[in-house]
Parts: sequence; structure tokens; C-alpha cells
Amino acid sequence: MNLITPDSGLVVWMTIIFAIVFFILAKFGFPVITSMVKKRNDKIHDSLAAARLAEEKLATLAQQQQELLEKARVEQAALLKDAAAARDNLIAQAKQQAKEEADKIIQNARLEIAAEREDALRDVRRQVAEISLDVAEKVIRKTLQDTGEQAQLVDRLVEEATRTRPES
Amino acid sequence: MKRLLYIFLILLSLPLAAAAQEGEDLDMKQFIFGHIADSHEWHITAIHGKEITIPLPCIVFDDGVHVFMSNKMEQNGYTLDENGKMINAATGKRPFDMSITKNVLGLMIDSLILVLLILLCARWYKKHDVLKETPTGLAALLEPVIMMINDDVIKDAVGPKHEKFAPYLLTVFFFILINNLMGIVPFFPGGANITGNIAVTMVLALFTFLMVNLFGNKHYYKDIFWPDVPIFLKAIPIMPAIEIVGTITKPFSLMVRLFANMLAGHIMILCAVGVIFLTAKMGPVINGSLSIVAVLFGVFLNCLELLVAFIQAYVFTMLSALFIGMAHKEPAEEE
Repeated sequence: MNLITPDSGLVVWMTIIFAIVFFILAKFGFPVITSMVKKRNDKIHDSLAAARLAEEKLATLAQQQQELLEKARVEQAALLKDAAAARDNLIAQAKQQAKEEADKIIQNARLEIAAEREDALRDVRRQVAEISLDVAEKVIRKTLQDTGEQAQLVDRLVEEATRTRPES
Repeated sequence: MKRLLYIFLILLSLPLAAAAQEGEDLDMKQFIFGHIADSHEWHITAIHGKEITIPLPCIVFDDGVHVFMSNKMEQNGYTLDENGKMINAATGKRPFDMSITKNVLGLMIDSLILVLLILLCARWYKKHDVLKETPTGLAALLEPVIMMINDDVIKDAVGPKHEKFAPYLLTVFFFILINNLMGIVPFFPGGANITGNIAVTMVLALFTFLMVNLFGNKHYYKDIFWPDVPIFLKAIPIMPAIEIVGTITKPFSLMVRLFANMLAGHIMILCAVGVIFLTAKMGPVINGSLSIVAVLFGVFLNCLELLVAFIQAYVFTMLSALFIGMAHKEPAEEE
């Protein structure tokens, strides 16, 4: 039959044409396309992997940040507490010091006042002694004729003197 | 919308019927085989009995090389026999005929289209940075098809060595596809029954045969000539003989499958169209109504052929890939 007997001329032409087409396409056509598409697929694959990695890194970073924040907050609280304690301590110390100072000043003042008073008393006593000596002199000078009366007076004076100054 | 389509189809088929009534009786056998067979001229149409054809160059090796156009055949001492083959008019013998026939010209045109398509697509990838741009135009059209065949068919079927065979299998796929599709186009650059010609499918099958057997590994050849069967099956080489026949039947089945499918598709469409002309003598009512049916059936068959064009290219590629993959199987994989 005509249909199923291959025509030799057509076989030769088909072989030539197909070989040429195959050569051209296999050299300049399909490898270019498939390699480029493969390149792009690889790139997409890599990019996806990189994106996943970055995401993971970001997640850990966020975690770390959170932890750092938490730590900072705790430290801040501790610092504030310390500062408050130090302040209180300082104030207390200052108060203590001031009190001590004040006490010291008061003590000094008291001592001084006491010394002043002693001085003043001593002065007064000396004056009294002088005055009494003057009085005595005058009394003696005026009324020394009456011996009985004089003796009486001397006694009285001595007694008074001793009574007013019992410690000396 | 649907009604409009039907009306359009009916209107389209009426002038066909009218045209058919003008002519004489139609020789259906000649009508069909004239369309599917190879020929030395490209018949386009006939207007009022005047044939319009493109004469094609004839190259004949007889007693030396003769080159002439097919419409000058008689002057050069050659004529056609009853099968449309060229014979020497004086001796009646068939010379070695290397003519550019309808199928050869069709092959050339389709190959040119294919090479242009693929090279333009490849050029896009050379000109553009594939990492920064998505394909546009031709590349966007062809890339999904190429990658579908490459990833789903070739990679899976051939196995680890697929990169070496991918260009061949892709070429086969697109070569068959473009020739199938051009075969459906009913007028000049298309319409040649190329993949429905056994010489064409034979060469394609032969290439696959070579690809399978030239690059087969040691294990593949051991399985053919010394398979793991009881010794009495090998001593008188029954199994080797069967295996060798097997290596030939595989590409043979490829050849016949593609040939028969495409030929049958062409014949079916031609039959549907032929009904219009066959019924021309039966009166306008039968002719008109059958013309409508024939056109509807023709539309359906053309859609079917579009599907078959793809399926046959796909099947040929897939089976070739499988045969190549089988020739590269490592023994460890079979356990």
C-alpha cells in the first residue's frame, strides 16, 4: 500500500531537516532556556531559604531584645531602690551630724555660760568682800568704843558671812 | 450568543453546499487520499474547474541528476503512476526520487517556524536578566510548555541523566507538536499531512532508537544479551532474541502510533467535509441539512485534533523519555 511504505526521498529529507533542527535547537535553543529557568528557580529557592533564615534570626533578635529590656527594667528598679536607700542614708547621716554639731555647740555654750557665771560670781563675791571689808572698816572705825556691843556685832557679821557662803 | 454562533455556522455551510452542487460527482477515495498523500505539487484549490497549484522542484537520481519543476515533468521524460509516484516515462521504473515534495516543503516551513520560535525565545533569555524580570511575549508563552515537558516528563522519566537528553526530547516534542498543528491548518503553509506520513514518523522513531541504544549502559546491554533467566533460555538464545525484538518494537510502536493517530484525524475531518460534496446530488434539503451537520461535526473534529496534536507529541516524548530512562537504569534501582 502506498500509505504505509515510507518514501525514500522523504526519509532522506526528513533525516536532514530533523538533524539540522535538532542541532540548532540543542545548541542554541533549549539549553539556554532551561538553564536560565533553572538559574531562576535556584535563585527563588535560595531567596526563600534566606528569607526563612532571616525570619528566624529576627525572631531570636526580638526575643533577645525582650530579654534585654526585661533585664534593664530590673536593673533600673534595683538602681532606684539603691539610690533611695543611699539618699535616706545620707539624709539620716546629715541629720545625725547636724544634731551632733548642735549638741556640741550647745554644750560649748553651756560651758561658756557656766564659766561666765563663775566669773561673774567670783567678781561679785570679791566686790562683796571688799564692800563688807569697807563696811567693817567703817563700822569698826565708828563704834569701837563699846566693847560689848562690838563683840556682838563682830559675831553677828561673821555668822552672816559664813551663812551666805557656806562652800568657801 | 450561542444561537448567533449556530446561525453563523449554518450560513457558513450553505455556500459550501451551493458550491458543491456546481461540480460533478465526487470520487471520495481520491478526494481523501489526494489530501493525505504526499504529492509533487501543492494543490491549493480549484476555481470553476481551473486547478490552482504550486509546482514544486523535482530532484531525480536516474541516469544522472535531473532537476526540474513538477509542472515540467512530462517534458523531462517522467510521469506519475497510479499512486502518484514519479516514474520514468520510457522505462516505467521508479528512479531515486529526492524531490522537494509537499511534505518536504511543509517540513521545511514548519521547521523554520519552530527554529524561529525557539531561538527568539532563547534570545529573550540572553537579552534579559532572568533574575530580575519575568518573561514577556514569546518567552512567557513557551516557557511554561518547555518547563512542563522538561520537569514533568523528561526529569521524571529519564532520571539522573536527564540534562543530557533534554534537548533531544524537547526538540522531538516541539517538532511533532508544530507539525501536528500545522497539519490542522487547512490552507497553504499548513495542511500537509506530515506527521501522518510513515516516513516522517519512521525517522523520528529511528532517532529515538539511536538515542536509546547508543547511550545505553552496561546493565542495559547485559539484560538484552545475557538476562537473569535460567541457562537453557540463554543457551539457545530465546531470551536474547526476544529482547532484541523488543528493542525494535518499542520505536516501531512509536512510529505507528503517531502515524496512525494523525492519519486517522486527517481522514475523519476530510470525511466530515466530504459529506457536503457527496450529498450534493441528493437535492437541496438533504444536502443543506447534512451540510450543517457536517460543519458542526467538522468543528468538533478540529477541536479534537487540536487535543490529539498535543497528546500525540506528549506521548511520543514521554515514551521516548521512558525508553531512554530504561536504558540508563542502574541495577541497584531495580531491587
